[in-house]
Amino acid sequence: MADYKMHIMVCGGSGCRASESDKLTQNLDTALQKNGLEEDVQVVTTGCFGFCEKGPVVKILPDNTFYTQVTPEDAEKIVEEHIIKGRQIKHLLYEDPNAKELIPDSKHMDFYKKQVRLALRNCGFINPENIDEYIARDGYAAIGKCLSEMTPEAVIEEIKESGLRGRGGGGFPTGLKWDITRKSEADQKYVVCNADEGDPGAFMDRSILEGDPHTIIEAMAICGYCIGADKGLVYIRAEYPLAIERLKIALDQAREYGLLGEDILGTGFNFDIELKYGAGAFVCGEETALIHSMEGLRGEPTFKPPFPSVSGYNEKPTNVNNVETFANIPVIINKGAGFFSQIGTGSSKGTKVFALAGKINNVGLIEVPMGTTLREVIFDIGGGIKDGKKFKAVQTGGPSGGCLTEAHLDTPIDFDNLIKVGSMMGSGGMIVMDEDDCMVAVAKFYLEFTLDESCGKCSPCRVGNKRLYEILDKITQGKGTKEDLDKLRLLGNVVKDTSLCGLGQTSPNPILSTLDNFYDEYLAHVEDSKCVAGQCKALMQYKIIPDACSGCTLCFRNCPVGAISGERKSPHFIDQSICIKCGVCYEKCKFDAIEIV
Amino acid sequence: MNSTQSLISELVSQHGKKRTSLLPILQGVVEQEKFLTEFSMIEIAKALDLPASDVYGTASFYSFLEHKKMGQFIIRVCKTITCDMKGKNQILLAIQDMLKINIGETTPDGKFSLLQTNCLGWCHKAPAMLINDEVFTEVTPEKVREIIGTYMKRND
Repeated sequence: MADYKMHIMVCGGSGCRASESDKLTQNLDTALQKNGLEEDVQVVTTGCFGFCEKGPVVKILPDNTFYTQVTPEDAEKIVEEHIIKGRQIKHLLYEDPNAKELIPDSKHMDFYKKQVRLALRNCGFINPENIDEYIARDGYAAIGKCLSEMTPEAVIEEIKESGLRGRGGGGFPTGLKWDITRKSEADQKYVVCNADEGDPGAFMDRSILEGDPHTIIEAMAICGYCIGADKGLVYIRAEYPLAIERLKIALDQAREYGLLGEDILGTGFNFDIELKYGAGAFVCGEETALIHSMEGLRGEPTFKPPFPSVSGYNEKPTNVNNVETFANIPVIINKGAGFFSQIGTGSSKGTKVFALAGKINNVGLIEVPMGTTLREVIFDIGGGIKDGKKFKAVQTGGPSGGCLTEAHLDTPIDFDNLIKVGSMMGSGGMIVMDEDDCMVAVAKFYLEFTLDESCGKCSPCRVGNKRLYEILDKITQGKGTKEDLDKLRLLGNVVKDTSLCGLGQTSPNPILSTLDNFYDEYLAHVEDSKCVAGQCKALMQYKIIPDACSGCTLCFRNCPVGAISGERKSPHFIDQSICIKCGVCYEKCKFDAIEIV
Repeated sequence: MNSTQSLISELVSQHGKKRTSLLPILQGVVEQEKFLTEFSMIEIAKALDLPASDVYGTASFYSFLEHKKMGQFIIRVCKTITCDMKGKNQILLAIQDMLKINIGETTPDGKFSLLQTNCLGWCHKAPAMLINDEVFTEVTPEKVREIIGTYMKRND
């Protein structure tokens, strides 16, 4: 990137592409040509900047100016004002929602200030479709170092020392996993990258593959060198078309450069990667299920041991790691285990990528050191709750995790702390909820997900979750009893203790954690038939405020079931036994005389 | 040999006769024909020397390998929590109203099928939906009418 004086980095992540960022890129190129600047200024399509809420995002180097919500029509102005005259375009700058001031560059944004980007180090900085840009940022230096200066044992030792633990949810020490696979003797071994992301709320693996595919290729090759495998497989969701396309481009480029294939870098080491596509089964994120799916079988988990490290794909030793885990490997090799292990907490080293979604101002991808508190993530980086509403809960860990409350906001996030407070890290999805979200309904939501995705192999998960769902449904219908709450807890614990795989063992967590943290809300549903958040339809009542009602008869005439009665010019009345809660009266009333209670 | 048979034999020669080829072959047929018929599953079973029940058992495990008759364009609306929070139900209503079909049904002209799906990984751009393999994000009832309108005019 040396020949150009300035670079305009345009986010080409899926989020920004959905808001016409490719058209913006074209317009920028045209505007540069029009002004004869195409030799001096380069437009680069990068991977995700993470700030998806305000996309499309444009960053200008070297001054780091950060423009948000840029439309294709802004292209000309950016070139004429910023590039030529050196004036920042005020209305495109990001406004700090708390301080209400414009932020001139990305280094001063709260969103980036507290972040440490290791796994996402290249996302937003390089063009993911160009291997040279990856190489310019130390890309493929780690594999070079491993092959030329380090023995496989030394590399594994480095990974072990770094303290890296699996980022897919399990948190198993990565170095140890590699070591076990290395020590398993066989004529053929495999490296598998698990890109079957499917947790509700998680999209970090997709963003890494879209923004920095080469890092995964490099890390998988390093793993192959360490465990003695010459074949890698990426199991990726077929619903991630852009990630697949960029991965394919990256694989071709790596082969062309001799960084994949036979005799890599002239060292005699052979390694190549093949893509395998998922077909819509969440349970395939579990490593044994994933392996069965790659073998052409139903994606059902099997009992461990034997662990895949001993007997996996085609019954050969197989090392399965998640995308984000792999993305950390080159950093550890290049900068050393010491650099990595100084970040984080006692038992959880390094950083973690989180996907922020739900009722939060800055949705998108962030990466913070382990040990950062939930408060910092949600309020400082995430910019707080949307529309000035009150924070109620944050769900971490997807269907395996739990809902944490205000009381947990100062908990430093790491693998063990989250488990201690009844949730888990999972793959890093964080869904933020406000006062309008009913926690019983949230628990029911996750259970519905588990019901859909349970493979049905073991009965605690297949039958137990179904029964749990039915009880929750009964509660949200206003037909639950206090005994049902005890039943939920008892049955939840049985499912947890007796299911075969991680999916079933963790599926009751959303219920158990909401029972622990929001018991009052459950009680209100069963004892007072009340949903405080006003989300459970069956428990809502539309009522006419007599003082506000003018007796215009509009609601009476519009009610589809004839539940409303009353004389003209005198207050009307809704018969709750007939009302179907369609909300038509509420919408039609011109005097705000109908309330939801 | 009819078109399904020749498609299958082409896929078998591309991926090989091994068991590990079963999924790519099933996916290849779904890509071309949108769903698996009893006929195509039996043909695949014959080609790979597997019991037909085994092919059906595998295919029916995966939610993206449809084995019921589907339309030319399969609309899958994400029903997961963030999309639900951001108004997925209005999107479904708009589609149902426009196409006059319920979830799980196909329009009489065989053009559209409407399904729901679990998390598509677009939580930051919710609500999201897929039409075949094209992703649409931050959809609104207006946008969805426009999108489906353009698909209605397509003649491929």
